[in-house]
Amino acid sequence: MRITCPCCGTRDRREFTYYGSEDYLDRPAAEAPAQAWDDYLHNRENPAGETRDLWYHDPCGCWLKVTRNTVTHAIIACEPVAGAGA
Amino acid sequence: MRQSNRIPGKGRIDRERPVRFSFDGRDYEGYQGDTLASALLANGVRLMGRSFKYHRPRGVMTAGSEEPNALVEVLEGGQHTPNVRATMQEVYPGLAVRSQNRWPSLAFDALSVNDRFSSFLSAGFYYKTFMWPRAWWEKVYEPLIRRAAGLGSLSGRHDDARYEKAWAHCDLLVIGSGPAGLMAALTAARAGADVILAEEDREMGGRLLADAPEIGGQKGDAWAAGVLAELGALPNVRLMPRTTVTGAYDDGTFGGLERVGLHLSAPADVPRECFWRIVARRAILAAGALERPIAHPDNDRPGVMMASALRAYAHRWGVDPGRVVLFGNNDSALQTARALTSEGVRILAYVDPRPGIAVTEEFPVYRGEVVGTTGRLGVKTVRFRHKGGVSEIAAETLALAGGWNPTLHLACHTGAWPDWDASLSAFVPRPGMVPGLTVAGAAAGHFSTAACLEGGVAAARAVLSELELKIPETAVPQAEDGAYDIAPLWSVEASGRAWLDFANDVTTKDVALAAQEGFASVEHMKRYTAQGMAPDQGKSSNVAALAILAEATGQGIPATGTTTFRPPFVPVSIAALGAGGRAKGFAPERRTTSDPASRRMGAPMIEAGMWFRPSYFPREGEATWREACDREVTMVRQAVGVCDVSTLGKIDVQGSDAGRFLDFVYTNMMSTLKPGRVRYGLMLRDDGHVMDDGTCARLSDRHFLITTTTAAAGLVMRHLDFVHQAFCGDWDVRMMSVTEQWAQIVLTGPKARDLLNAVLQDPAEAKDLPFMGYAPGCILGVSGRVFRISFSGELGFELAVPARYGADLFDRLVTSARELGGGPYGMEALNVLRIEKGFITHAEIHGRVTAFDIGMDRMMSPKKDCIGKAASQRPGLRGPEREQLVGLQPLEPQEALTAGAHLYDRDAPARSEDGQGYVTSVGYSPTLGSWLGLGFLKNGRARHGQVVRLDDGLRGRKVLCRVCDPVFLDPEGGRMRG
Repeated sequence: MRITCPCCGTRDRREFTYYGSEDYLDRPAAEAPAQAWDDYLHNRENPAGETRDLWYHDPCGCWLKVTRNTVTHAIIACEPVAGAGA
Repeated sequence: MRQSNRIPGKGRIDRERPVRFSFDGRDYEGYQGDTLASALLANGVRLMGRSFKYHRPRGVMTAGSEEPNALVEVLEGGQHTPNVRATMQEVYPGLAVRSQNRWPSLAFDALSVNDRFSSFLSAGFYYKTFMWPRAWWEKVYEPLIRRAAGLGSLSGRHDDARYEKAWAHCDLLVIGSGPAGLMAALTAARAGADVILAEEDREMGGRLLADAPEIGGQKGDAWAAGVLAELGALPNVRLMPRTTVTGAYDDGTFGGLERVGLHLSAPADVPRECFWRIVARRAILAAGALERPIAHPDNDRPGVMMASALRAYAHRWGVDPGRVVLFGNNDSALQTARALTSEGVRILAYVDPRPGIAVTEEFPVYRGEVVGTTGRLGVKTVRFRHKGGVSEIAAETLALAGGWNPTLHLACHTGAWPDWDASLSAFVPRPGMVPGLTVAGAAAGHFSTAACLEGGVAAARAVLSELELKIPETAVPQAEDGAYDIAPLWSVEASGRAWLDFANDVTTKDVALAAQEGFASVEHMKRYTAQGMAPDQGKSSNVAALAILAEATGQGIPATGTTTFRPPFVPVSIAALGAGGRAKGFAPERRTTSDPASRRMGAPMIEAGMWFRPSYFPREGEATWREACDREVTMVRQAVGVCDVSTLGKIDVQGSDAGRFLDFVYTNMMSTLKPGRVRYGLMLRDDGHVMDDGTCARLSDRHFLITTTTAAAGLVMRHLDFVHQAFCGDWDVRMMSVTEQWAQIVLTGPKARDLLNAVLQDPAEAKDLPFMGYAPGCILGVSGRVFRISFSGELGFELAVPARYGADLFDRLVTSARELGGGPYGMEALNVLRIEKGFITHAEIHGRVTAFDIGMDRMMSPKKDCIGKAASQRPGLRGPEREQLVGLQPLEPQEALTAGAHLYDRDAPARSEDGQGYVTSVGYSPTLGSWLGLGFLKNGRARHGQVVRLDDGLRGRKVLCRVCDPVFLDPEGGRMRG
């Protein structure tokens, strides 16, 4: 498996650390109801097919949102998270 | 030793270079170019192994990596290797081979008695028989069965030989170097593509070496040599012989096992094997096809082999098979018989059940079936049934030709299933099974030489056009283009056991029994009978077995389907797979700049994460580590100690929004910190639990330096990067790990200031430095940093200098400290010092505790949001039901506490439902003359003064402890502030 880092190009997956679903980007406001925090922290879809999740490229420190297919293992898109949630 | 079965002048072996080797202690001679199998056959040795279950005598069946029978052991000591296929092991001078799974000898094997009881030992026998008494399974039955059944033995020793791993990248990986592979590689190479041609055999050419059909007017092997010469001269081609492509993975990644030194006399200055990860933009699978046997009674004797193997041994290695009966059901079998005859091999009978079989050949042709063989340690006679009755003729070799299975394994490795082709009676690949991989030649079900050549060119052209490379004109040479007619014959109707899986001793009856007992799905049948589960993974038997299952269930072959194809295609040694992953390759070692000094002082080093840190600094006369530890603790409390803490993570944070950013990642306020001051900080995960703690120093208005615990340095860096990039990418803040760039050394104790002044160029610089203060300083003439912080509870400083000065600074501090009655201290003393003070480490903040649990709830600033704040307020994460940090002191001070022990009410039983908490850290405090512990206790902060029972079931310890505040010493902090 290889991921294309926007800074470094196509690299082997051994250089990346997996974090979790892209849901982690949508952090609720501090005063949001408990349900919103539950969803943010714990409730996840487990799709067979296209999914978006977060990977860290250890050598350059870039966090990536990777769109990939859990059935075919195809990597469809990689974009930096910076800017996405700001 | 004469090579009595060698045909004079024949074969691709170097007769100028004889090779002496031994098999079961007996010396033999072969030639350079021989495999162990060909050399033994040339010496008239047919018996090479014993079968898995019945210990039946077995000989070599094939001439390739699919060999099920001829498994042997080679080498000694740590390099001892079992289950080596005699067909893959090349002979070299001094090679010593032993047969396996036999006792006392290969020719007389006591356990062959199993064969007599075979009617009891059918599939499922073990499951049904060794059920009772239940307790006997592990102690009696299993060890017994393991001894009786099985393959080679393990040495039990560490294999210290060299193995390597390597990566390769190419435009096109061609797997297999037969006619299809060579044409594909040639076409792509001429177009300028980067080509890797991988071939399992030591020589390239595939079946052209074994039966040399005419290609373009040349002998096939001569044609192959010409192509290889052209390929070898091209800079964009890498030829990889002795390399089996073992698996197809995602994104065009392939595993490849190269036998680098297995064919060389030890000690060779090369690795034994190299495991390749080959990344290819496109791949062409041209791995050929495997001939399959036919199940008939006693089809497993030494001397029974595949017709294609017989042809390879005769043509490539010049082995005379003696008198041959050939049993086939297809045109390829007939061709083999003709070719063998033209080479002078005596075919006594060609037996074929097909109705239309012509009888006008140069050898006797019988329309019929082989129904049995005789011969205790090798075929003596072959019995076959034909129109005129049953004949029995004396022969040394029975060749089986049951049709061809395309070698499509790699195409199935990513989860796709092949199609059943009724005209070939075989599974064939579908297009697009593995993205980027095309199958060509016999692997795609094209069995004539001409079709293979054309298939190779066509596949390469398709790849070139996808890669947008110019397609060269490549003429396809003329070659034989015979039709392939086959009448499927999986097993012969006759009484007696007929083998399918030779390696695991599975017969046609076992498969029928599986179906009868309800294991009718192919995956269930496989597991019930062990069909296809031996080292050969059923390469020559799986298709026949499922065909017989399909017959028994009446489902038909397409509905029955195949079992799952999984990598690796051939057995791969763990040593090769894990090459480079041992010792430092598994976990790199990190060493501080003071590491040599600590070792010189005799300090035993302990691992902390990947770091090595001194455990203690022993002195003459100290019998135990405890004595050294007690002395070092007392030294710090009474004089001064020196300790290298460079392993702590250090992250430099800069920018106009740095303070705001740190407010967001720490529970407490950092933006209000004044330049020149330091603050303790607690970091949470967004689920409300503690991630890490450390200090945060403000070096200047827009410049902070934070520290992390040793183990969490990487985690925290990743976390900070995430928070910044995900939530506040537009803030002006940048951060970088500087752990490696700075050496940081603690000096602590009542005399710490004297020691500080000994190394500080201008003591005035730090004269008024308050507790939790920072000042730049000139340390031994080098610009450095002085922090006044304490992890011991005594007056303390941490000095930071660029890492290249760390060793000098440590040496100087140790020398000066000794003059003050102090010295270095290690991790043991550091631990006791911090327990005395109730300071936490990752023993306490282990990922399941909240700020509330460790009593740091009040560090949560109400003025701002921070990571983890919302979740930390949730019910269940705070309150009396939580296990809270407490101190523990044994009622008897000298009774040792143990970390990991559980806590119970004084008289409660030691059951999990009665658990009140657990102990995280313990140490003996020479300062207080007592063992001390830190732990978590339900509602612990309200239980100070109570007595609980420490119960360590593992070590059998029960100790009554009084619960107290976790700060045992100087709770007001007068010592470190003073």
